[in-house]
Amino acid sequence: MSAPEVTYKPGDFKTDLKPVWCPGCGDFGVLNALYRAMASLSLEPWNTVILSGIGCSSRLPGYVATYGFNSVHGRALALATGVKVARPDLTVIAVGGDGDGMAIGGNHLMHSCRRNLDVTYILMDNEIYGLTKGQTAPTTPTGDKTKSSYWGNPEPAVDPVELAISTGATFVARGFSGDLKNLTAMIQRGIEHRGFSFINVMSPCVTWRGDSQYQLLKAKLQELPEDYDPTNRASAVKYTRETDVLTTGVLYEAGGPTIGDRVEHIRMMAQEGGKVPTTREILERFMPSM
Amino acid sequence: MRMVVKGNGAVAHAVRLSRAQVVSAYPITPQTSIIEEIATMVAKGQLDARFIKVESEHSALAGCISASSAGARAFTATSAQGLALMHELIHWAAGARLPIVLANVNRAMAPGWSIWTDQNDSLSQRDTGWMQIYCESSQEVVDSVIQAFKVSERVLLPTMVVLDAFFLSHTFEDVEMPEQEVVDSFLPPLELPHKMDLAHPAALGNLVFPDRYMEFRRKMDLAHDLALGVWDEVGREWGQLTGRTYRIVEEYRMDGAELVLVTAATAGSTARPVVDQLREAGVPVGLVRLRVFRPFPASILRSLLGGRAKVLVLDRNCSFGHHGIFHQEVKSALYDLPQAEQPRVCGVIAGLGGRDITPDDLEEMLTGVWKDRITDPVTWWDVLSAQDPAKAALAMS
Repeated sequence: MSAPEVTYKPGDFKTDLKPVWCPGCGDFGVLNALYRAMASLSLEPWNTVILSGIGCSSRLPGYVATYGFNSVHGRALALATGVKVARPDLTVIAVGGDGDGMAIGGNHLMHSCRRNLDVTYILMDNEIYGLTKGQTAPTTPTGDKTKSSYWGNPEPAVDPVELAISTGATFVARGFSGDLKNLTAMIQRGIEHRGFSFINVMSPCVTWRGDSQYQLLKAKLQELPEDYDPTNRASAVKYTRETDVLTTGVLYEAGGPTIGDRVEHIRMMAQEGGKVPTTREILERFMPSM
Repeated sequence: MRMVVKGNGAVAHAVRLSRAQVVSAYPITPQTSIIEEIATMVAKGQLDARFIKVESEHSALAGCISASSAGARAFTATSAQGLALMHELIHWAAGARLPIVLANVNRAMAPGWSIWTDQNDSLSQRDTGWMQIYCESSQEVVDSVIQAFKVSERVLLPTMVVLDAFFLSHTFEDVEMPEQEVVDSFLPPLELPHKMDLAHPAALGNLVFPDRYMEFRRKMDLAHDLALGVWDEVGREWGQLTGRTYRIVEEYRMDGAELVLVTAATAGSTARPVVDQLREAGVPVGLVRLRVFRPFPASILRSLLGGRAKVLVLDRNCSFGHHGIFHQEVKSALYDLPQAEQPRVCGVIAGLGGRDITPDDLEEMLTGVWKDRITDPVTWWDVLSAQDPAKAALAMS
C-alpha cells in the first residue's frame, strides 16, 4: 500500500460530542492518547471502527470521528470479531472498562486472545464500577470498601495483563492515563501490531475511588528496563500481580497467524475443493468391497 | 411504621422483612439502588443474609437458582438488558419449580439505549412460567414482594414483581412499613419440598425423555391455574393483618361504566383522577388495573368487561406486528363471551422508552374512544408519523 496521502492532526478525530466523564477522569487521557496515535498512523476515519460495551469508558466511540458501535454490556470483543471477520481490511479497535471486560464480558477476552483476533483492545481500568456508581469490580483490590462491600471487598482481584498473557494475546501492554507520551506510543504500536493487542490502561476514577487512587498509582509507576526483551513470555509474567510498583510498557510481543488468516486458509481450501473426501471415498477406505 | 421510601427502597425493605437468605445480584440502572440498599442492610446486620455481587445477571439468577435448590429463600433484582441476559435461567427457575422472587424495574430495551420505563423487558418473559405482578405505588411494592414470596412458596413458581423505572423506582412515597412480627406471622420460613437433602440424594437437571417431559410442563400450567386462587386468598389474608386487601385485578368506578380503561402499573394512578373528572362530565367511564398478569385473570376480566360498550387497553409495550401485549390478552379473554356481551376493544400504545403518559393524554384517549374519534384497533399515541404531514411539518419547524 502506498503512503497515505492525507495527514491528520489529533483534533481531526474529535466529534462535536462533549465527553460526559467527570472532570479529572482518567479516560480523558486515554482519549487524547488515542487521538494522537490515530493521527500519527494517519488512520482513515472511514476505514476505522471503534466498538465498546457498557460503562463510563464505553462512551468513548461517540467521541471519535470514525465508525462507532456502543454495543451491549461486555460484548465489545464479540462484536469486534464479527466486524473483523467480515471486513479484514478495516482497523478495528475495541474499548471498555474493567467491569465490562473483566466481569460480564470476561470470557470474551480469553477467546480473543487465544484466537489472536487482529483487533486492538484498550481496557480502561479504574478498579471499580463507575457507571452504576461505585460497586466492586473484579479488579478492585481485596479489602477495599465500596458501595457493595461495606466490610471490605472479600474477593481477590484479577490482573487483566496476566490473563491476557496466559491466554495467548500476542501484544500485551500496561499504561497509565496520566502518562500521555508513553500511552500514545503504546496505542500506536498496538494498532500496528498484527494480531490481538491488549492494552491495560490504569485510568483513575476520581468520583468513586477518590484522589488517592491517582496519587497511589502515580507513586507506584515504573518503566521497563531498557534492555527488556518483550518476546520472552516468562519475563513478561514477572510484571503481573505487582503490588508495590506498577510497571508500564509493552510487556509482551510475539508473531503468529491471526484467526482471520486461519479462517481464510480454510475458506480457500474449501473453495479449491477435492480435499474433503466424499462419502463414497470414505466407504471405499473402510469397506473396499462395496 | 410510616416511612418515606422510593419504589426501589420499598423492594429492599420488603426483602428484609421477608428474611431473604441469599441475595445474588448485579448492578444495572434503574435497579441498582435496590441491591445497594440490601447490601447495606446485610452489612449493618439488619438482614441476616448472604449477599453476593456476581459478574453478570446470568450469574445472579444462577446463584439464586442453586441457593433456592438448596432450600434458601432467594431474591434478585434487575432491569431490561439484565433480564434479557437472564432469559436462559428465567426458564430454568420456573421449570425447576423454585420460589425465587425477582424485582424487575421496567426499562426499555436497546437499541437505542434507554434507561427509562416501558414493559417490553418483563413482557418478553411472559411465556417462561414465571408469575408476574405489576405494581402502582411503593406501598403496593412492599406488600406485593412479601405476598410474592408466600404465593411462590405455596405453588412453587417464581414471581417477578414489576415496577416502573423512575416513575416508581425513584419516586419517594409515604409507606406504611409492616412490623417484622406481622410479616413473620404471615410468611413462615421456607420449607422447599424438593430441596437438596443428604437424606434423600437426588441429581438435578437430568435429561427428560419425550415420555415424561410433557407431564412436567402440564404440572407447571396447573400450578398457574392454582396460583390465581392463591393470589386472591393471600391478598385477603394480608388485608386482615394490615388493613390493605389486594385483589388480582383492581377495579375503580365500575358501577354503570360503559367505557372501561384497562391498564397496569403507574398509569393506573394517573388514570384515577381522569376517570373522576370524566364521570363528573357525564362520561360513564371506569378503570380496571391489571395487577397479577401471570397467571392471567381471564375469567375475572370477562366478568368485569362483559356487557360494557367499549374497552380501551393502554399498553406501555408492543408485540411488534400484533398490538400491545395487554391488548392481545384482554381481547383473547373476551372472545369467550357471548357475542352480544362483547365490548368493542381499542388499543393505545403509549409511553414507550419513558415518555410521559399525562392525565391530558388519558382524557384525550378516553373521550376519543367514547366519541368514536378513535376507532382504529391500535393507535400509537403521540408519535410523529410520516403519514401525518401536519405533525411532521410541526416537528421540522
